[in-house]
Amino acid sequence: MLSLLHAVLVAPFMDMASAPAFFVEVLIGGIAAGLMYSLVALGFVLIFKASGVFNFAQGVMVLFAALTLVGLMEKGAPVALALLLTIAVMVALAFGIERVVLRPLVNQAPIILFMATIGLNFFLEGFGEMLWGANVKKLDVGIPDESVKVAGVLINKLEMSAAGTAAVLVGVLAVFFQRTRIGRALRAVADDHEAALSIGIPLKTIWVVVWSVAGLVALATGIMWGAKSGVQFSLSLIALKALPVLILGGFTSVPGAIVGGLIIGTGEKLGEVYWGPLVGGAIENWFAYALALVFLVFRPQGLFGERIIERV
Amino acid sequence: MREPVHRAPLLEVDGISVRFGAVQALEGVSLTIGRGEIAAIIGPNGAGKTTLLNVISGFYHPSEGHIRFDGKDRTHLKPFEVAALGIARTFQNVALFKGMSVLDNIMTGRLLKMRGSFLLEGLYWGPAKRQELEHRAFVERIIDFLEIQAIRKTSAGRLPYGLQKRVELARALAAEPTFLLLDEPMAGMNLEEKEDMCRFILGVNDEFGTTIALIEHDMSVVMDISEHVIALDYGRKIADGTPDEVRANSAVIDAYLGVAHA
Repeated sequence: MLSLLHAVLVAPFMDMASAPAFFVEVLIGGIAAGLMYSLVALGFVLIFKASGVFNFAQGVMVLFAALTLVGLMEKGAPVALALLLTIAVMVALAFGIERVVLRPLVNQAPIILFMATIGLNFFLEGFGEMLWGANVKKLDVGIPDESVKVAGVLINKLEMSAAGTAAVLVGVLAVFFQRTRIGRALRAVADDHEAALSIGIPLKTIWVVVWSVAGLVALATGIMWGAKSGVQFSLSLIALKALPVLILGGFTSVPGAIVGGLIIGTGEKLGEVYWGPLVGGAIENWFAYALALVFLVFRPQGLFGERIIERV
Repeated sequence: MREPVHRAPLLEVDGISVRFGAVQALEGVSLTIGRGEIAAIIGPNGAGKTTLLNVISGFYHPSEGHIRFDGKDRTHLKPFEVAALGIARTFQNVALFKGMSVLDNIMTGRLLKMRGSFLLEGLYWGPAKRQELEHRAFVERIIDFLEIQAIRKTSAGRLPYGLQKRVELARALAAEPTFLLLDEPMAGMNLEEKEDMCRFILGVNDEFGTTIALIEHDMSVVMDISEHVIALDYGRKIADGTPDEVRANSAVIDAYLGVAHA
């Protein structure tokens, strides 16, 4: 019994203290992964805030954006042109979604809109593969997937640039939402459609803006994850990792998505390395979901979500 | 009671009909609301009062008829375009942004007045900062006017009903409207709250010259503050005139008290 407690509560921390450089490496790896999760989760939060829709298709949007980019590059388009075209495609997609999915379903129950995004999910998946094929594609962003030693700590160049980009994007989006006029309009639309209309906010424009931004976030996510693991179907599954982040941070909170991502990223990396051996490894695969379950039981609105007040 | 004066028309509604499936919500309703007046729209439940308000504010579009505002035809505008014309409204069942603070709610009312680059806004720098402060100052004046200083930072969803109605009025006022539509501004209020609300409505009208159209069930309130009363029943206009004229109108008495069909 005592030795078990020692193995769980003491030994891992002694390991951390005895090899600080390695601990920092693990921590940085965790933060990098966490920022990427945050970015995916932000795509969800944006759409959920502005249209009250849980967008099941966010993961496939990541795949679709990355597929389009790689496909265009394979057709011989230079990187900059391919990037611009992909951005155009994602904005066009936002217009299309507003016209074909959101507008006819305005004022429907959230579950209806949710079902519609499931449909969108399968459409995009099939459409992407029809256009660009189902093979695994390699995405080369010009940053080598290799490591350098900085102050005795091994750092992966690709991971670092991805994390840096993610951090910048997350920061820009947070500011966009909290501080700008459009951000305030977005929050207003999220809260009450009728009221938003009555004070002069054009709903359709806001929806197109927010789905475009979500599309761009999906593209950024697709580039970073695609560069690491190749552009393939499994890319759309990172959306599953965003779910626990959302439960932790709260579905409506931009800071929540950031903090939630970081907690899960670092938590699963540290858990895997220091506590993994105790249970035979693979903590990384379930840590996020277990944490999410705990949150659902004790704090269902998440760390930063709006408190759920029920009036009788 | 207030004395009627002759006024130039601000809103002219001409032969409006609205139909929902088999229900004829409004049938050939025409009315004129003069610049600077306080007009009350009355009628039993289901008479089409809210429908009329929704048509004026662009939430519904009439199948027949025209609406002229400030001399220009604007029958087919969308709600946000109507808002841009200077028509603000409140809702029967309060439509506030419940997750936001009272201050933020009122600030959203100024969205149409805000301009400028959102990059600067993001940095909260230069003109953007100045603009935010100017709007904030304006909003503070409204907060003082409506006496809601103490609840500035409270989130709107947690306020009692009477105060929510007041915050909704504040948000509508923040847009500096020329025409204010109030859908049952005093529903569910106690006497004291009603008196406050009457005072605010009269104050808005006096101080800013805002034209106001309101739907109200409390007849003593209607007779006290309005100079023009329009009565609807079953989607038709049955009376239109000064409070005294409408009160004496036999169709209105029938609509409210029922008519004996012997």
